[in-house]
Amino acid sequence: MWLYALRRIILTIPILFGVTVICFALVQIAPGDPIQNLLSPTASQADAERLRAAYGLDKPLPVQYVIWLGKVLVGDMGMSIANNTPVTGEVLRAFGNTIVIAMIAVVIAFILSTIFGVAAAYRSGGLVDKAITAVAVFGISVPTFWLGVILVILFAVNLSWLPATGMGSGGSKGFDYLSWNDFKFAVMPIIALALPPLGIMTRTTRSSLSEILNQDFVQTLRAKGLTEFEVMVHAVRNIMPAAVAMLGLQLGYLIGGSVLVETVFTWPGTGYLLNKAILTRDIPLLQGTILVLATAFVLINLVVDLAQSLIDPRIKRS
Amino acid sequence: MTDAVANSLATAPVQSAPAARVRSYWGGVWQRLRYDYVTLFCIALIVLIVLSAVFAPWLAPFDPYKSSMANRLRPIGYRQFLLGTDEQGRDMLSRLLYGGRVSLLMGIVPVILATLVGGMFGVVAGYYGRKVNMGIMRTMDIFFAFPSVLLAVAISGSLGGGITNQMLTLTVVLIPPICRVAETATSQVRNMDFVDAARATGASTTSILFTHVLINVMSPVLVYASTLVSISIILASGLSFLGLGVSPPTADWGLMLSTLRQSIYVQPLVSAIPGVAILVTSIAFNLVSDGLRQAMDVKA
Repeated sequence: MWLYALRRIILTIPILFGVTVICFALVQIAPGDPIQNLLSPTASQADAERLRAAYGLDKPLPVQYVIWLGKVLVGDMGMSIANNTPVTGEVLRAFGNTIVIAMIAVVIAFILSTIFGVAAAYRSGGLVDKAITAVAVFGISVPTFWLGVILVILFAVNLSWLPATGMGSGGSKGFDYLSWNDFKFAVMPIIALALPPLGIMTRTTRSSLSEILNQDFVQTLRAKGLTEFEVMVHAVRNIMPAAVAMLGLQLGYLIGGSVLVETVFTWPGTGYLLNKAILTRDIPLLQGTILVLATAFVLINLVVDLAQSLIDPRIKRS
Repeated sequence: MTDAVANSLATAPVQSAPAARVRSYWGGVWQRLRYDYVTLFCIALIVLIVLSAVFAPWLAPFDPYKSSMANRLRPIGYRQFLLGTDEQGRDMLSRLLYGGRVSLLMGIVPVILATLVGGMFGVVAGYYGRKVNMGIMRTMDIFFAFPSVLLAVAISGSLGGGITNQMLTLTVVLIPPICRVAETATSQVRNMDFVDAARATGASTTSILFTHVLINVMSPVLVYASTLVSISIILASGLSFLGLGVSPPTADWGLMLSTLRQSIYVQPLVSAIPGVAILVTSIAFNLVSDGLRQAMDVKA
């Protein structure tokens, strides 16, 4: 177990290294010379060179990368161009807002997908199965930002049950997820986030369950005289390690992929920050946000793998 | 949007057995497909959508760029505007037909490019193994460290908007998963007896790759690529929605959805139409790839 964990942790290091290389490269592929944007139109060529040297942009790329990485490692990801604040603070503030709704969404999706998966696998090919498969296909195919717009039209415009966008008057400071007055702002973002993982998880649960139900030991359980419910409990326990791993992965995807949903609902998380960075062409902010999100994704995957090897001892052997 | 690319990889096809008798294999595929009415219906639907996009100039009742201040945001079925008008008074039906051109292009071209590039890398990695494999696959692993939406936004956000950048971005995003599927399929095939036999008879590496390996890697890769079309369409419309796609006034489903967002209080139904187009197209492609996977007997 410990050996597996250690191996898995060591394998993460080159990946994280690669992530930083890609994030560094993002600035390089961005068109335009960053120095030109900082200079006044009357500045001379010599001024440009001096500024370039001051920012270390005259050094070769690998050197620039090492300097940049050194700064990132101590938590300095540069300044946001648009509002001249440290990127690190902006991203970390937003990250909290993203992770909470992503976690709620993924837990809801997990619970529902287990129920749906069981119901669909129980009578495979039946009407219930077909209906649930249809829901799953919808969840996988639907563009989340459009779903967001539809939810706003339905619940905010037509029914006026829920606020359309934002986090309420208080903003993210003092936002209380346990009070309805605040939480109602999070309801629609959570629904929009939960549907795609619900679709994919329902599909996997259904297919792995029906595979399990075809195995010999299920026949034995039935022969022993267990009720269908008890048989199903056995089968569900068999797919749980894989399902939990799936849950972790989906959480990672939601955190990284929430940009569209957060944009629709102007939910002040990392995704909204990304959208802001794109609109204002604030490359340092874009780079910092992506670096944090990708790192979080890699670490979540690591935790998932380790947790899975704890739950399912068969894994560490392979 | 969750990570559709990686999700699709979770159910990535693994070929059960190489197609031994080529002719009867495709015959069998057709036999199975013939009675799969859902898939057939979706194929017909896709053909219809493609045709309507191709023949948009002849089918569209109005000029998709001609705006009219007097006819802004008309409801569905208002006079001659079958699907109403948008926030600049342009006919929605015409824009929808024209928009399909960009959206379908964004669904198909990046997938083809990524299949060629990623497939090549995957076959090379799988066939040569060892260091070549290490080098290629570990590089791909780094891209897997990004959820696909994030990677797309990262590259596209840095490069800036525009149709070429969008296509480039989507291609880069789709290469790693295709590469992984091709690599898995190739490394399974390369140790099969018939490949060994070919090698023993003195066939060159190129001829082994092209006549023995490629044909057996093709079906899992193609089936997998077909699942990526819908993902590519959704990713592209997402990028357009964020302003990273085609620039206005070009008609594009994602961009239409984005510009109509301000109008949901005035004309909620009209504002939702471009999303319906994306959804229907994406569902159709998803179901066809499911059907193909079953018909081609590629294990899910």
